[in-house]
Amino acid sequence: MADQPEIDRLTGQKTTGHQWDGIKELNTPLPKWWLYVFYASILFSLVYVVLYPAIPTLTGYTRGILGYDQRVQLEASLAEQAAARAQYIDRIAASDLADIQSDAELATFALAGGQTAFADNCVPCHGLGGAGQDGGYPSLADDDWLWGGTLDDIHQTLQVGIRADHPQTRTSMMPAYGVLNMLDEGQIADIAHHVLTLAGDAAEDAEAAARGAEVYNIQCAACHAADGAGNTLLGAPALNDRIWLYGGTHEEIAAQIYEPRHGVMPAWGRLGDDAIKMLTLYVHNLGGGE
Amino acid sequence: MRLHSHLEKNMPLMAVAVLITVSIGGLVEIVPLYTIESTIEEVDGVRPYSPLELVGRNIYIREGCYTCHSQMVRPFRDEVERYGHYSIAAESMYDHPFQWGSKRTGPDLARVGGKYSNDWHVAHLINPQALVPDSVMPQYPFLMESELTLPNIAGHLEANIAVGVPYSEEMVAEAAADLAAQADPTADHSGLLERYPGAAVGNIDGDAARLTEMDALVAYLQILGQMVDFSELTAEDLRQ
Repeated sequence: MADQPEIDRLTGQKTTGHQWDGIKELNTPLPKWWLYVFYASILFSLVYVVLYPAIPTLTGYTRGILGYDQRVQLEASLAEQAAARAQYIDRIAASDLADIQSDAELATFALAGGQTAFADNCVPCHGLGGAGQDGGYPSLADDDWLWGGTLDDIHQTLQVGIRADHPQTRTSMMPAYGVLNMLDEGQIADIAHHVLTLAGDAAEDAEAAARGAEVYNIQCAACHAADGAGNTLLGAPALNDRIWLYGGTHEEIAAQIYEPRHGVMPAWGRLGDDAIKMLTLYVHNLGGGE
Repeated sequence: MRLHSHLEKNMPLMAVAVLITVSIGGLVEIVPLYTIESTIEEVDGVRPYSPLELVGRNIYIREGCYTCHSQMVRPFRDEVERYGHYSIAAESMYDHPFQWGSKRTGPDLARVGGKYSNDWHVAHLINPQALVPDSVMPQYPFLMESELTLPNIAGHLEANIAVGVPYSEEMVAEAAADLAAQADPTADHSGLLERYPGAAVGNIDGDAARLTEMDALVAYLQILGQMVDFSELTAEDLRQ
């Protein structure tokens, strides 16, 4: 093996001096631009190590002289955003709901904020635009309210939820008339006929509806009212408006009397007071606000 | 140059040198994770999963939910605005393996707990398109049909103890009872809730007669992101 580098005759480059079975190795230098970029990146890393968190120690790490931290950075970014919104949010926080509604500028901001929060959090159940969905998710765009449709009612429902884990949650429980043997199946069928007439349908079986009316007045009218108007204090749905949570056929109504299903809405405290206020105004504005 | 040429020609010496070089990289990256005190934030509230939640977690993994759902709210403004407080390491310290995920075809689930009702989750898992019309999520109606039969849930808790999850002796002893009680509307849940605060209890899947995989998965989903109360914590407290 030759140990002395020599000049290769064909390329004019130096060889490394290695030689295996007569094969020599060229020692072509790195392109200059590449080499300088390499040196520059070493320099960059040295500066980086000084400025930013970099080197782990046994129980901590070097924090760098800039004191950068992603979470602190986020906090600053959120504060910046809050400052940009403050001119509206501060007024929303200080005003009551009716005042926000009557202030056109504030209401515009609140409705836009409410719309965003609604899309993120409420649409999965209540549907786009609050149109409601089958299976017990009520429409928020009509004037049929389970727990009241005034600004204050909506605000409270959002804060405490319905049958949620909030200590002051709105709650009510319709007895399971069939399961608990409070009524027999014939009576339940009669009541379902009567409920359909309350909703304005012609009685399929007038006799049954009349029998059902008697039982209804004893068992159901206390909450749902004799004329089926419901009671928003108890969350008792109106039965006289052809808007049904769990279906409006005779069978579906009878099933609901036999073993009622009850909707659950979470309490939305996690969104914060301001977002709840904006959501209240948005929902109130969907079409049915009282 | 002389040394280099010597190193290159000496196999055992070369092997030792390679080993030393590669281990430095490994040690510098891995060892500090165990020794740095701020890797896992000190926060209150994070508890081991209840037996039913743990089984639900297994179903979550079995069905590959993580391929489309992450469980990691990153510390960015847009994520915090949408999902709530960013995820911290302490929240997944009892996850083996963690479910941070790396892809979001569906939304992040790190804070999905308590966001929707049990009924919604059940209806949505059975047929997502019924509630979210343009969803591309597959349907999981069979969860409702599959009864849970886990003869050795206590052993499952013990396996978690082996990798560092602090299940107490009482938790292991009560594991089978807790598994049965959590989704039973008539059971007494006081002991269970003492052991596992915040757990979703009652008739979770709407079928009171049977303990199904649906019960387990929804119980798991309902505890996600619910353990730590962030209202009192500042960025400085959570600084790593």
